Amino acid sequence: MLDDFLIRAGLAGIGVAFAAAPLGCFVVWRRMAYFGDATSHAALLGVALALAFELPVFAGVLLVALSMALIVTALNGRSLGTDTLLGVLAHGALAIGLVAVSLLPNQRVDLSAYLFGEILAVTKSDLAIIWSGALLSIALLVWRWQALLSATLNPDLATASGVNPRREQLILTLALAVTVAVAIKVVGALLIAAMLIIPAAAARPFARTPEVMAATACVIGVIAALGGLAASFAFDTPTGPSIVSVAALLFVVSSGVAPLLKR
Amino acid sequence: MSLIATHNLTLRIGGQTVLRDVDIAVNAGEIVTIVGPNGSGKSSLLRALIGALKPAAGTITRAPDLRIGYVPQKLQIDATLPLTVRGFLNLPRRQPRDTVAQTLLQAGVTDLAKKQMTDLSGGQFQRVLLARALLNKPHILILDEATQGLDQPGSAAFYRQIEEVRRDMGCAVLMVSHDLHVVMAASDRVLCLNGHVCCEGTPEIVADAPEYRALFGTGTQGALALYRHEHSHSHDHTHDHTHDAGCNHAHGDQDVR
Repeated sequence: MLDDFLIRAGLAGIGVAFAAAPLGCFVVWRRMAYFGDATSHAALLGVALALAFELPVFAGVLLVALSMALIVTALNGRSLGTDTLLGVLAHGALAIGLVAVSLLPNQRVDLSAYLFGEILAVTKSDLAIIWSGALLSIALLVWRWQALLSATLNPDLATASGVNPRREQLILTLALAVTVAVAIKVVGALLIAAMLIIPAAAARPFARTPEVMAATACVIGVIAALGGLAASFAFDTPTGPSIVSVAALLFVVSSGVAPLLKR
Repeated sequence: MSLIATHNLTLRIGGQTVLRDVDIAVNAGEIVTIVGPNGSGKSSLLRALIGALKPAAGTITRAPDLRIGYVPQKLQIDATLPLTVRGFLNLPRRQPRDTVAQTLLQAGVTDLAKKQMTDLSGGQFQRVLLARALLNKPHILILDEATQGLDQPGSAAFYRQIEEVRRDMGCAVLMVSHDLHVVMAASDRVLCLNGHVCCEGTPEIVADAPEYRALFGTGTQGALALYRHEHSHSHDHTHDHTHDAGCNHAHGDQDVR
């Protein structure tokens, strides 16, 4: 069954949707959209590093994404211009990554594969990595769920009830780095943040609890992944952008029906 | 022995000293209120007591296994976060349904468990925050301007609720308040803060203390005191120079009591 590239692509898309959607809810709740941007854009630098030192791409991306996420976490709240700072980091990392890839000697790198993903070229070992990463990210979130929510709601309140908000932030950072590393092959560095935020945003009107929102976001992410894959196959369009387009469409529909759900 | 006490506590935020050499102690069952102008370090003191702010100097001593219930000054819930009252009370530890219902009742509200947090009125929201603080059966309840945003009857009702809670549960209460008239009526002890402890004692003693009058005016009843308070900031420095004698005086009375 896994010999069919379409099946592998579909499974890869579902894996990424499962990893990104619940995590994306926290990104939305904590207003960390730029944080996702900075981390995923840094992924390209990880690709360059991996290729230069002949490491697996996954390892290079994980390393750089984790470093970037830790830097952003450390800087967060330390200065008033966090928004600007994150903008600098996000785009700076992307530009430096592009330059670094172009400097690689004797290597013809298909840049668009890393920028927009290459889901149709996912191999069995890619699939194993994607699903391991997705399961790890989900396990982290499930394990710390109540504590993560407490810290998201209010750091002082969390502290008063024995939850260390800094530790929870680190857990999210780790989950984010893992998700970025597994998603780059599927949607590419430019669009990972979209897979985090759009399904979560589209799920909001249908949820009255955080758990339902995360589960709904998963479903929306999976529909986007499979719908985008089908659309890409039917219209011969790039797959990563097609997936995100379907997600965006679902968001528009969800926003449209949202007023009807209000009592 | 006191439930929680500070010794020479100094707090800094971003390199700036917000509190210095603070010695306070709260004993079992008493209601202590902290008053002081904006920026006088009231909230920082409470945050240090719950462990959210590390002392720059000095120590905080807590009774062994002390359970603290904390009600923050404000809680902004992002519109993107769907959360029912029950879900909120289950953070970070899930509670049995009965406990949730019973605690809400203790905080003076019923039938709210299924409501969205963002749909609550100001008064309901504060009571849910109170309920959350009561969930772990605290020895001490710490409230940071819990009635901010409530109207006069609303905050009066809230303070009555606090007294009721103290009576039922026997917990101590340490609160920051701007409602001076309520403070004077409800507190066993008042602590006047302005970067340091200006004066402390029973409401009567504090109301008569020169430092307190310098900060809040001579009227202790409501509007006048609040009005004076707004105009007192520019006097802070002159006030500082003269505070020592009065401070000792206040402590002296405290000891006699």
